[in-house]
Amino acid sequence: MLKIMRGKVWKFGDNVDTDVITPGIYMDAPMEEMKKHVLEAMNPRFPREVQPGDVIIAGKNFGCGSSRETAPNAIQALGVAAVVAASFGRIFFRNAIAIGLPIITCPQAAEHFQEGEEAELDIPQALVKNLTRDSTHSGEVLAGEVLDILSAGGILAWLKSRRAA
Amino acid sequence: MGMTMAEKILSRASGQYEVAPGQFVTAKIDLAMAHEAIASVFVSLASIGWDKVWDPSRIVVLLDHYVPACTERYADIHKVVRYAVKQWGIKHYYGERAGICHQVLPEKGHVLPGMLIVGTDSHTTTYGAFGAAGTGIGFSEMAYVFATGQLWFKVPETIRFSLTGAFPDNVFSKDLILFLAGKFSSEVAQYKSVEFIGPLAEEMSLSSRMTMSNMAVEIGAKFGFFVPDQKVSRFLEGRAKESFALIAPDAHARYEKTYEIDVSSLEPQVAFPFSVDNVRPITEARDIQIHQAFIGSCTNGRLEDLHVAAKILRGKQVHPDVRLLVTPASWEVYRQAMQDGTLETLIDAGAIIENSSCGPCFGAHLGLLGSDENCIASINRNFKGRMGSPKAQVFLASPATVAASALEGKIADPRGCATKGEWEKC
Repeated sequence: MLKIMRGKVWKFGDNVDTDVITPGIYMDAPMEEMKKHVLEAMNPRFPREVQPGDVIIAGKNFGCGSSRETAPNAIQALGVAAVVAASFGRIFFRNAIAIGLPIITCPQAAEHFQEGEEAELDIPQALVKNLTRDSTHSGEVLAGEVLDILSAGGILAWLKSRRAA
Repeated sequence: MGMTMAEKILSRASGQYEVAPGQFVTAKIDLAMAHEAIASVFVSLASIGWDKVWDPSRIVVLLDHYVPACTERYADIHKVVRYAVKQWGIKHYYGERAGICHQVLPEKGHVLPGMLIVGTDSHTTTYGAFGAAGTGIGFSEMAYVFATGQLWFKVPETIRFSLTGAFPDNVFSKDLILFLAGKFSSEVAQYKSVEFIGPLAEEMSLSSRMTMSNMAVEIGAKFGFFVPDQKVSRFLEGRAKESFALIAPDAHARYEKTYEIDVSSLEPQVAFPFSVDNVRPITEARDIQIHQAFIGSCTNGRLEDLHVAAKILRGKQVHPDVRLLVTPASWEVYRQAMQDGTLETLIDAGAIIENSSCGPCFGAHLGLLGSDENCIASINRNFKGRMGSPKAQVFLASPATVAASALEGKIADPRGCATKGEWEKC
């Protein structure tokens, strides 16, 4: 089941591309090394200081660009609980679900959060709460099957669980 | 209620009478394409104890990103690919003897109108030029497709670009798609299906259509359709792997928006670093010094593109401070260009002819950039570090603009060069 999650917010702007999330130069590096460089070109503090359970809140078109799955993988490897954005690059959106990284498309979230504020996310209901300011913002609810994939921890885990069932 | 191309194909593939934008469906995949990524798919499925694929005849595999293997690591990855292909009994395997996936699949008759096709490559949208719903997915999702033959989709909204007018000399569909990215941004079609329609769309060659469908993903699109016509039928004669019927959107289909575009006064366009929608007309790009020029890739490496370049380069010499790389998009293109003398013209002008592969386009091998170098390229992306050094700059343009620039040693306007129709006389 997807629990309600709470975490500190890291803010990013519009059009964050997958080359910035996981730079090509580290593409052949092991994940332990690659994750140290996630989004460093946008905010060098991010990969060093992000804590497990923190959430990313971003503007439009997060994860645009190439189909590299390392982008959501590396964000997940840093322990980020979920990504909220006004919109996502289509393939990033799919890849995040496929690897079990919860995401919410919420057009208003970015303008109602400052970095460091506390967010509470309800993935099945697509609700984004700012606990610091006590405001709630609705995002786009995902379909049942997509939520099942996220609950299972990704599409391969989902495949495995259904085969076992 | 009528349906768009995307709605028709997704409703058929999901076994529903009708679907509407926003709806989630589970669809049966008609064809799955994997390049080197199949190695990762194989390892993923093995890790959950899965040892077979849903239908070995509906999967096409080839090697195109790192051929011949550019490092020991990729030589080992290629070994896994060959092993996986044998273990799974993949019926259509072309290895490194065919070319770039998005050129090869249509040539070999795998891409047919109305199909739902997924590939481990974002430019799988190219198949929209044949009326197929082609789209890119990640490795984990491809593993799921290999196992089950199915995948979830959100039915997209559809936008249309209605294209009219005639291209001025040495202005091409590449200039048009760059212009659209510049005018409407790289996310105008985010999550959406695009249909290119109108008299100009009908007039365009299949090669020119493929360039636009290919780059539809650069404006965010999930699919980039042209309505398939007799040009598609003729191309597929003797190639198609199975029978097919042409498909068209319904007359009363609902569109989110239609943009009207007249190309009569379109100038050659150049996308400046570091995004595809950072586009300016050639008149604002002239005189930027270049060190490398590249004609090739799944975007613009077809015979039509090589002919355009050869017309401009014939009897001239590439600037001494520039290296010009040419990569025919497939072995078929390579062979045709060899037989009709195009390659000789290009070599005489000083071009380096490379084997058909993705190589330089995404900075893997066969011609990378050093720091502070500029490259003008007929490819699809100019992100930071795309072709080597993050301190290098990549400018995107048509093969004509790339060829003209290679002669000048700086970004140059191709409109003064040899014009359409002269190739036959050469």
